[in-house]
Amino acid sequence: MSTLLLAAQQAGELKDGLQSIGAGIVYGAAAIGPGIGIGLVVGNAIQAMARQPEMQGTIRTTMFLGIAFTEALALFGFVLFFLAKS
Amino acid sequence: MPLLGAFTFPPIDEIFRWKDILFEGTPFAINKTALMVIISSIAILALMIGGSRKMKLQPGGTQNVVEMTYEFVDNGITKDVVGHDAGRYTPFLGTLFLFILFLNIWEVIPGIQFPPTSRMGIPGYLAIQTYVIYLVVGFKNQGFKYLTGHLFPPGVPKALYVLVTPIEFVQLFLVRPFSLAVRLLANMMAGHILLTALSLLTAYALSHNPGVLKVIAVGPFLLNIGVIAFEVLVAFLQAYIFTLLTAVYLGDALHPEH
Repeated sequence: MSTLLLAAQQAGELKDGLQSIGAGIVYGAAAIGPGIGIGLVVGNAIQAMARQPEMQGTIRTTMFLGIAFTEALALFGFVLFFLAKS
Repeated sequence: MPLLGAFTFPPIDEIFRWKDILFEGTPFAINKTALMVIISSIAILALMIGGSRKMKLQPGGTQNVVEMTYEFVDNGITKDVVGHDAGRYTPFLGTLFLFILFLNIWEVIPGIQFPPTSRMGIPGYLAIQTYVIYLVVGFKNQGFKYLTGHLFPPGVPKALYVLVTPIEFVQLFLVRPFSLAVRLLANMMAGHILLTALSLLTAYALSHNPGVLKVIAVGPFLLNIGVIAFEVLVAFLQAYIFTLLTAVYLGDALHPEH
């Protein structure tokens, strides 16, 4: 009886552990693409600003737009992290 | 000897859920989040009325702040993004910007430090509002062309419509409102969790370490101050981005694809 209880308990712990690992992988994997993407967006925006300082306002607005669209994927991953954990 | 070893983070529910204060058990129950929304609305009203009651040619004090905010929204968002003929959308976009900014900024106000926008109710409602408005404006202005212009973009080879049309449909009707809401929610939620974790680490290091080892609390404490400064930036930026994206969708609904 007690061994059965222990086995059940261990199975629960195993499930918890695997869930945590899965949640970690979800967020880590979701952050790779947007990280590269935001880097590209901001890098090119800075280059554009350096070449044409008079267009700074427009470039900055467009840059924020680009960041917002790229970032959305990472944030979906962040929300999935909580869903996967619970 | 625990340095920061045995620290455990409280469950997420514990730092985002508040008990009802007033009208408990009814659908109109008010908790801390709802109270903060009401206070923010009153604060915005007071600021706007106070700044525009006795207008002078040479603005000073409150009037200056109000005029700067108006110009920021009118020039930077409405005229630049929606279009030069879209001045009538400035009140809506300005209200949206101020409302989100005032709610976000609660995150760094000492003693309160909880952004109401980190509960899905508020970003969700705001996203649905934006969704309904841009769809109504789009169909009113362009008629059925609004839908066909999106689903069958010109200049795409006919065979590719098999791929493009479903993607555009999902983008227009699902991804846009969902990402609007989730972007605001997740940013504020992440900031709140980060601040909570650093504060709790500081308290843990102070209370669980003996004597000189308490010095280790300096690390999370200094980091906390840095993150608070960063969160002020995030609060402003998220309000700006939400308004900017609303403006982009509105501009898209007003003017057909260039």
